[in-house]
Amino acid sequence: MSSIKLAEAPPGVEGAGFFATSLDKAVGLARANSLWPLPFATSCCGIEFMATMGSTYDLARFGAERPSFSPRQADMLLVMGTIAKKMAPVLRQVYIQMAEPRWVIAVGACASSGGIFDTYSVLQGIDEIIPVDVYVPGCPPRPEAILDGVMRLQDIVKDERLNRRNTPEYKALLASYGIDAD
Amino acid sequence: MELMPIKNPVYVDLWEQIQQQFPSVVSAQEDDYGMLTLYTSKEQIIAVLRFLKKDKHWQFIHLTDITAVHYPLELLPFTVVYHLQSLVLNLRIRLKVAIGGEPPEIPSATTLWPGANWMERETYDFFGIQFLGHPDLRRILNMDELEAFPMRKEYPLEDPNRVDKKDLYFGR
Amino acid sequence: MSEHISEISTNKPVFEDNDPQDELITLNIGPTHPATHGVFQNVVQMDGERIVSGVSTIGYIHRAFEKIAEHRPFYQITPLTDRLNYCSAPINNMGWHMTVEKLLKIEIPKRVQYMRVIVMELARIADHIICNGILGVDTGAFSGFLYLMQEREFIYEIFEEICGARLTTNIGRIGGFERDFNEIAFAKIEEFLERFPPVLTEFESLFNRNRIFIERTAGVAGVTPEQALEYSWSGPILRATGVDYDVRVQNPYCSYEEFEFDVPVGTNGDVYDRYLVRNAEMWESLKIIEQALVKIKGEPTGVFHAEVPEFYLPPKEQVYTNMEALIYHFKIVMGEIDTPKAEVYHAVEGANGELGFYLVHDGGRSPYRLHFRRPSFVNYQMFAPMSAGMLLSDAILNMSSLNVIAGELDA
Repeated sequence: MSSIKLAEAPPGVEGAGFFATSLDKAVGLARANSLWPLPFATSCCGIEFMATMGSTYDLARFGAERPSFSPRQADMLLVMGTIAKKMAPVLRQVYIQMAEPRWVIAVGACASSGGIFDTYSVLQGIDEIIPVDVYVPGCPPRPEAILDGVMRLQDIVKDERLNRRNTPEYKALLASYGIDAD
Repeated sequence: MELMPIKNPVYVDLWEQIQQQFPSVVSAQEDDYGMLTLYTSKEQIIAVLRFLKKDKHWQFIHLTDITAVHYPLELLPFTVVYHLQSLVLNLRIRLKVAIGGEPPEIPSATTLWPGANWMERETYDFFGIQFLGHPDLRRILNMDELEAFPMRKEYPLEDPNRVDKKDLYFGR
Repeated sequence: MSEHISEISTNKPVFEDNDPQDELITLNIGPTHPATHGVFQNVVQMDGERIVSGVSTIGYIHRAFEKIAEHRPFYQITPLTDRLNYCSAPINNMGWHMTVEKLLKIEIPKRVQYMRVIVMELARIADHIICNGILGVDTGAFSGFLYLMQEREFIYEIFEEICGARLTTNIGRIGGFERDFNEIAFAKIEEFLERFPPVLTEFESLFNRNRIFIERTAGVAGVTPEQALEYSWSGPILRATGVDYDVRVQNPYCSYEEFEFDVPVGTNGDVYDRYLVRNAEMWESLKIIEQALVKIKGEPTGVFHAEVPEFYLPPKEQVYTNMEALIYHFKIVMGEIDTPKAEVYHAVEGANGELGFYLVHDGGRSPYRLHFRRPSFVNYQMFAPMSAGMLLSDAILNMSSLNVIAGELDA
């Protein structure tokens, strides 16, 4: 008997030879368990992310086996480390290049709020330029915390409605960041 | 300036040689921590550096660091500080040049060490000191659009344009 | 920079452009390119696969450390030093503490010095693991990285046991350590000395004589000692060129003069030599830790800080019960301590080279000026000129063997 656990099936109606659930749930299940991460690592937290990807913590267990270094094929943008104002336009560009649906995790104090670097050169949190779904506290967060952040995001992804990205609310959200939601 | 006598015999030798080479434009002081500091002028600094680097005996070939300090109340408000090291004699020295004017100007050491390039660019970026003869003097760490020189004492640490941080909540 | 480029590239196979119809293309690498392991931007002019010239742009993670340091008391600067070279944060912490101790002329007990040596050498191993592991990844071999990362996690466990943090350790205090190493920490250090050598041997047997690895690295980005010194290099990459400059030997601090260890040097200064030097340094660090453990046993137990009540924070339980301790606590935290008006420069051998702290103090609460002499910053400036004439794939390897850490580069 294999010890590999399968993802839990969403609630639905089961009978002989069939299983019925809503499309939202089925798609959410698939999405949540195959999040391709885009590590946007700039500093210390990136080293902890390296540990998270490494043998001991192994992020791949959560379906994030393949770090996609191309924004166009990634689902989950992990911003790790201080974002200086010089870097901000680059981060924004990377976010814009990602295809919908896209999610963002701000890993660490710097990405979440600027951290201890309350200075003229540091962006005080990436949510000033792009929308963020999950914040992971810590300076730097332990790999367990990063994993927890990814799992929280999985919960969000599982429950996301299929048409959320087409709603006027979502478009208004992007517009508030000055991003064109085509 | 009141100068203490130099105690370390190696530094005494060095100081005598420098005095012969550059009479009256250099002064020297040994601090409590066993480091010799040479004070010179911006006209002489490159000649002194060249002597220290090229001299067969001393061989201060390792340019450890270039930086600056801002003393806004002084007549010459900027002090450019060089740290050199002689790997052969295992000796470190510090050189200081006080400069003023706006913009403050000093000849570039890139003619002696190509490695001085970024150190001088960093010093320019932080203090606005013009290194004359530098091949590529532009900002290195800060954004090109920045107008101020942030390490000057009058420039605030925090971003002055922030609106979310109200002084009221920070007791000031 | 152009005049230096021609000077550097003379000892390399210079690509001759035989076909005048060829056009140079401009390629932007970074600042988020995965192969650069950090935020480095290089705009290079390429002729086919070869780089003709390049310009490095840095500062994408400039956090104004030096400006912050002017507004913080001494002990609050330790967390900043953590974030300079975050792969080996304890070395930075110790370097900073020793700078302040030098300024204040605090005598440190031998046992504390040996404890510091252990922590610093563990950090050096952790840093070299990252560099050499990643070099393996860049040449296409992921397994070496996984082997070594497992051991790196164990070093983190030791740090956790000592100070409670993994990466940005904030380890130690001015005057010593916050607490003694506990039994588990000592046991773990000894366990590490047992379990790491076989792994490192295995790693070396994977790479040292590996044909592919040698083909990719040997002869790539060779630097002569003269060039390296002109660019003020220091650390393993300078030693790989054959210059035996090591701050631990040249200006011993923390009783390094009492330890028996070799300074490994290379001959060609190429990527392969840098790799070998770093590997050899890990073995030397193990030797140093072993000796330090023996030396600690010869010192009186329980000493973990110098007796300097005016600079070393008193234990919390005394602060709550003892009037004098409370006064000292407040005086230290509020910065009401007499400090000399002086300047010091103190250098330690960081994992990447000479990490210097130039501290100008006017007797106030915080440094008047604190300048970090950051090895990554000084070492990296040769990257663009030395890339001229190189294949792009070789330049990537060159960058990862320079082990430039973005936090230290941009401060």
